[in-house]
Amino acid sequence: MSSYSGFKKLRKSQKFNQTFGIVIKWIIAVFLIVFSVFPLVWIISASFNPASTLATQTLIPRNPGLDNYKFLLGNPVFPYFKWLWNSIKITTISTILTLSLTTMAAYAFSRFRFKGRRAMLKGILLIQVFPNLLSIVALFLILTQFGSIIEQIGLDTHLGLIIVYLGGAMGMNIWLMKGYMDTIPRDIDESARVDGATDWQIFTRLILPLLRPILVVIGLLTFIGTYGDFILARTLLKSNEQYTVMVGLQIYTSGMFSQKWGPFAAGALISALPIMIIYFLLQDQIIGGLTRGAVKG
Amino acid sequence: MNTTAANLLSGNKKAKSQFSKLLRILIVVLVDVALIWFTYQLIRNGFIPLAIVFTIITLFITYVFIRQRAYPLRWMAIGLSAMLLFSIFPILYTVYVAFTNYGDSHLLSKPQAIQQLEKEKYLPEEGKAYKWVAFRSEDESYILWVEDVNGNTYLAKVGEPLQTVVAGENGVGDLDDKGIPISIDGYKRLNPILAATDKNLTQIRFGEDSKAIQVRSPSEAAELLPLYLYDETDDIIINQDTGVTYIPVKGTFTSTRGEALIPGFRGVVGFENFTRFLTSSALKGPLALIVSWNFAFAFLSVFLTFSLGLAISIFYGDPKFPGKKLLRSLLLVPYTIPSLITILIWRGMMNPQIGVLNNILNSLFGISPEWFTNQWLAKIAILIVNLWLGYPYFMLVTSGALQSIPLEIYQAAEVDGASAWQRFWRITLPLLLVSVGPLLIASFIFNFNNFNLIYLFIGGGPPIPGASTRAGYTDILISYVYNLAFEGGRGVNYGFASAISIFIFILIAILSLLQFRLTNMWEEVGENV
Repeated sequence: MSSYSGFKKLRKSQKFNQTFGIVIKWIIAVFLIVFSVFPLVWIISASFNPASTLATQTLIPRNPGLDNYKFLLGNPVFPYFKWLWNSIKITTISTILTLSLTTMAAYAFSRFRFKGRRAMLKGILLIQVFPNLLSIVALFLILTQFGSIIEQIGLDTHLGLIIVYLGGAMGMNIWLMKGYMDTIPRDIDESARVDGATDWQIFTRLILPLLRPILVVIGLLTFIGTYGDFILARTLLKSNEQYTVMVGLQIYTSGMFSQKWGPFAAGALISALPIMIIYFLLQDQIIGGLTRGAVKG
Repeated sequence: MNTTAANLLSGNKKAKSQFSKLLRILIVVLVDVALIWFTYQLIRNGFIPLAIVFTIITLFITYVFIRQRAYPLRWMAIGLSAMLLFSIFPILYTVYVAFTNYGDSHLLSKPQAIQQLEKEKYLPEEGKAYKWVAFRSEDESYILWVEDVNGNTYLAKVGEPLQTVVAGENGVGDLDDKGIPISIDGYKRLNPILAATDKNLTQIRFGEDSKAIQVRSPSEAAELLPLYLYDETDDIIINQDTGVTYIPVKGTFTSTRGEALIPGFRGVVGFENFTRFLTSSALKGPLALIVSWNFAFAFLSVFLTFSLGLAISIFYGDPKFPGKKLLRSLLLVPYTIPSLITILIWRGMMNPQIGVLNNILNSLFGISPEWFTNQWLAKIAILIVNLWLGYPYFMLVTSGALQSIPLEIYQAAEVDGASAWQRFWRITLPLLLVSVGPLLIASFIFNFNNFNLIYLFIGGGPPIPGASTRAGYTDILISYVYNLAFEGGRGVNYGFASAISIFIFILIAILSLLQFRLTNMWEEVGENV
C-alpha cells in the first residue's frame, strides 16, 4: 500500500466521520432541546386544557378551550390582572427611579475626583454582594415602624416595597454605568464647559443621550429582576389585592386553596411572554451586560 | 462697549447663581424639616435605632447640599441614603439581633414588658371579694353591682365610693328577688355570657382608687392589688404577695430560685444564640445536615450547570455546524422565563400523583419516583431543576470565553501531537477558568442562597424528624433562616435566625473578596483617572 492511497483513505474516513459526527451531535441536540423546551411546551398545552389537570400526556388537549384564561379574568379571589397591573406599576416605577439614581451617581464617580471616591466605589460593590433576603427581618421591621408613622409607606403598601427596592439600586449597576461613562471622552465635557454649560446641562444634554445602550441594558435587567422578585413582595405585602403577579402565581399552586394548575399555566404564560420576547429581541445586549455583571436572579 | 456687555453678562450670571443657591438652601431646609419631623415621630414611638439612622441621613443631606466641598456627593445623596437605610442598616441590625433573644416571649421592649407584668393582680389577705353583675351604657361606660359575703349589696362606679343599693335612688329601678337592679338609668344589665366575653370589663377599676374592685372571674370581683411592682432604682420587680424579688437576667425577670416571669423582654444575651446551636442536640443535628447539604447543593449546582454549559459550547461551537443559531435559541429558552415561574412549573410536572413527568415514566418504564417524599429523590429533583435553570447561563458565558482563546495555541498543541483530550485538560479548561472563574464563584454564592428554588419547589421538605424547629432535608441555610423568622409553627425566633444569617454573611464576604481578587476589580477603580 503506497502512502498516497493511505492518505486518500484517511481523507475519506475523515469526511465520513464529519457527517457521522453531525448526525450524532443532532441526535444529542434533540435530547437537549426536549429537556430545554419541554416545560414551556407543557405549560402552553396545559393552559388550553379545560380539565385543569396536569397529567395529560397528549400535546394537544382533547377539547382545547379558553376556560383557564376566562378564569383569570373573572375570579375576585384570584384577581390575576390586578396582580399583573401591580407588578407592572411597581416594577416600572422602581426601574425608572433606579436608573435615575444610578446614572447620576455614576456620573459623579466618572467625572469628579473627590476624597473617598475609591473607598466608596469599593464599599458599594461589597455591600451589594449580600442578598437583602438575609436581612429580611430587619427590612420587615423597618417597614412596620414606618407604617406606624406614615401608613402609606408601611407594610402592605406598594410605595413601601418600592423604596425597599431602591435601597438596592446602588450596586453593580453603578459599576457598569461608570465603566461605560469612562469610555466617553472627557473632551466633550470640557468643550461644553468652556461654552459655559453647567454640570447639569452637560449631564442631561450631552452624556445622557450617549448612554442609551447601557441604559437599555441596565433598565431591562433591573426590570426583569424586580418583576421576578418573590420573597420581598411575599414578606412585605400582606393583602390579596396588593400582591404582585409572582406572589399571586405562587398562590395558585400552593395548597392553601385547591391547586389551580390550569389557570396557573395561563397566568404563567401571560406574565412570562413579555419577558421572553424582550430576551429574544435584545439577546446580545442583555447577555453582554449579564456576563459582565450578575448571575440571573 | 464690549466690556460693558461682558460685565452685564457676568453680573447676570452672578445673580442667577445667587438665586439658584437660595433656592437650593430653601429646598434643603424643607427636606430637613420633613426629616426632622419623621425622626421625632420615630423617637416618640421608641424606634431608637431607626431614629439614629434618620439623624445621620439628615446631617448627611444637609452637609452635602450646603458645603461646596461635598459637591460631587450631591449627585448620589438620595441613592446613598437609600443604601444606608435599606442595605447597611439592615445588616448592622441583623448583627445586633443575633446577640439578643428577640423572638417569641421576648418580643416586647423592657418598659412594655414591665407594663404588661404590672397588669397582673392578686387578692391580698385583707381584701374583700364580691359576687358581681355588670351594667353597660351605650357609650361603653360600666357600673358594677356587687354583693359581699355578708349579703350587703353596693353599686361601684369608676372613681367613686361604693353606694348602697336602694330602689328608686340614683336612677336605680326595681330590684329582682336577689336584690339586683333590673335596670339603671342609661345602663343595660349584661347577661353572664355577654359579661364574661366583654374584654374591657376585667381592665376597669371600680370604686375608689385605694381599694378598687376588679372583675377577676365570672363569679368573683375583688379588691385587687397589682401583683408585681417595678422598682426603678434597683431595676427589680417585687412580687407584692410573696415578697419575692425578680432581677432581669438576659431578658427575663428571674427570681433567685430561678423562676422566670412571662413575658420577657428583648435583651442582649451575648453568644447564647450561637452556643445553643452547638450544644442543643435538637438544633445541632438538623443544622449539621442543612449545612452539609447547602454546600453540596451549591457545589453540585455550579459543577453540573457549568459542565453542561461548557459541553454544549464545545460540542456545538463549530460555526459551520448546521442549524447552530436555531439550536442556540432553543437551548436558551430556560433562561428567558422568570425563574419563579419555571420553578413552579417543574413542581407541577414532577408531582408524583398528577404530574406529567411521572405519567410518562410510568407508561415507559413502569416507575413513579416519589420526588417530594424521599429525601434523596428530592435532592436529585432539585439538582435536575437547577441544572435546567442554570446551564444556559454557562452556555452563553463559556461560548464567549472559548472564542477568546487564540487558535494558535491549539495548532501548536496539535503539531506537538496532543490528543483532543489533552488539549481540553491542558489548554481549554485552564484558560477558561481564568476568565470564567469569578463567575463560578458568583454562581456558587447565588446558589448557596438560592431561596426561591428550595422554597417554591419543595418548601424544604421532607421534614427532618426530631428537629425542634421547622427544618427539612432539602432546606438550605437561608430557607431555614426564613422558617425561623417567619414560618415557625412553634414560634418565631429572630435571634436564632440572625445568628445563622451572620454565618452566611461571613461566608459570602470571604467568597466575594476572593472573587474580587480574581477579577482585579479593585484595580479597575483606579482606571481612567
